[in-house]
Amino acid sequence: MMRRLWERVWGWLRPIWLTLRRPSVHYSLGFLVAAGFLAGIVFWGGFNTALEATNTEEFCTSCHEMRDNVFQELKTTIHYSNRSGVRATCPDCHVPHRWTDKIARKMQASKEVWGKIFGTVNTREKFLDHRLELAMHEWARLKANDSLECRNCHNYESMDLTRQSTRAAQIHQRWLVTREKTCIDCHKGIAHHLPDMAGIPQG
Amino acid sequence: MSNAFTRNRPLWIAGGLTVAAMLLVFLAGWLFGRGSEKKHEAQREVAAARAARVVHPDSALGRTDLRQIDALRRGIPVDQEAAPQPLWRVQNMDVKRERAYPMQPPTIPHAIDGYQVDKNSNRCMLCHARANAEKFQAPPVSVTHYMDRDDQFLATISSRRYFCNQCHVVQTDAPLLVNNTFQTIDAVLAATEAGTATAQAAQRTQ
Repeated sequence: MMRRLWERVWGWLRPIWLTLRRPSVHYSLGFLVAAGFLAGIVFWGGFNTALEATNTEEFCTSCHEMRDNVFQELKTTIHYSNRSGVRATCPDCHVPHRWTDKIARKMQASKEVWGKIFGTVNTREKFLDHRLELAMHEWARLKANDSLECRNCHNYESMDLTRQSTRAAQIHQRWLVTREKTCIDCHKGIAHHLPDMAGIPQG
Repeated sequence: MSNAFTRNRPLWIAGGLTVAAMLLVFLAGWLFGRGSEKKHEAQREVAAARAARVVHPDSALGRTDLRQIDALRRGIPVDQEAAPQPLWRVQNMDVKRERAYPMQPPTIPHAIDGYQVDKNSNRCMLCHARANAEKFQAPPVSVTHYMDRDDQFLATISSRRYFCNQCHVVQTDAPLLVNNTFQTIDAVLAATEAGTATAQAAQRTQ
């Protein structure tokens, strides 16, 4: 019986398999390779260009949910406005820089597209109701990757503790150097307002 | 010469007419402008006379010789623009300051830029809460801050003490705008003691 099933399946697959195995009649193998290479460049380039286009502040703030809530809060913080004019944009903190991690994050972000389509946080009130949940996702992510997105810029090797205020240097020496704590443990709410923090450990 | 003139006669006539027209326009504009200038001057004189009448003789308006009492304006008369002071920096040296009087709320010896203190979160209490003070080596808030108005102790900071900045403030390196002659009680006592000591010494010598 298994044998008859296999024969039936093979009956369907055989023509496809033979076509694949047969040498190209009209085009040379070299042409196919070259055309495949060029098409690969075009599609891969297009894919990455589209990916980078979704990785900009303009893209993030093109939705009112981001523009009217979190982006306005960012504007008052040191990560937007400071003496030297170096600043962080949304993806600097919220999207990993390494390619595989970035793709993983982008796949997760498809849930945000769902949220956008169905208006999960399309009013200020809904946003505030969801804020704790949204914040907890980000805290969990940064805690799990040892505040990777912070450390992309704030490299501990280049951190001169003597240029910090005494209390900051002391606390960094006690908790950061020993790796007991990571950036997000103490610096929650560094770029956006905090949700109701009752019962949530800070520091 | 005359040959060239006769050949280009229409051109010469047109050029001459244009120059004449431009001169006329210039003259007309000049005459018109001169007239209006005089009119404006007259208007300005009337306005100045009216303004002079409005100011009361005792008013400080326009009088730069008088020193104004408002020290926040650094003695600059109200009708004059003051050159803005530089933005002074918040002191961030983390060294506790002496209290000027026994019940003074201690001033904050560090910058507090962007600290969120609202119903959701209190950034100050991250370090200054009793439970966190050891972790951050920060001075914990006084026990009175955990008391409600019936002097009953609460587990967390009392709601009437929640907004730290109502009493505790940062200090900047700005120079004093108003001179301060405040003396601490210790200075006053020391001065009194010194005074009585000299008086006693004077009595003894007599």
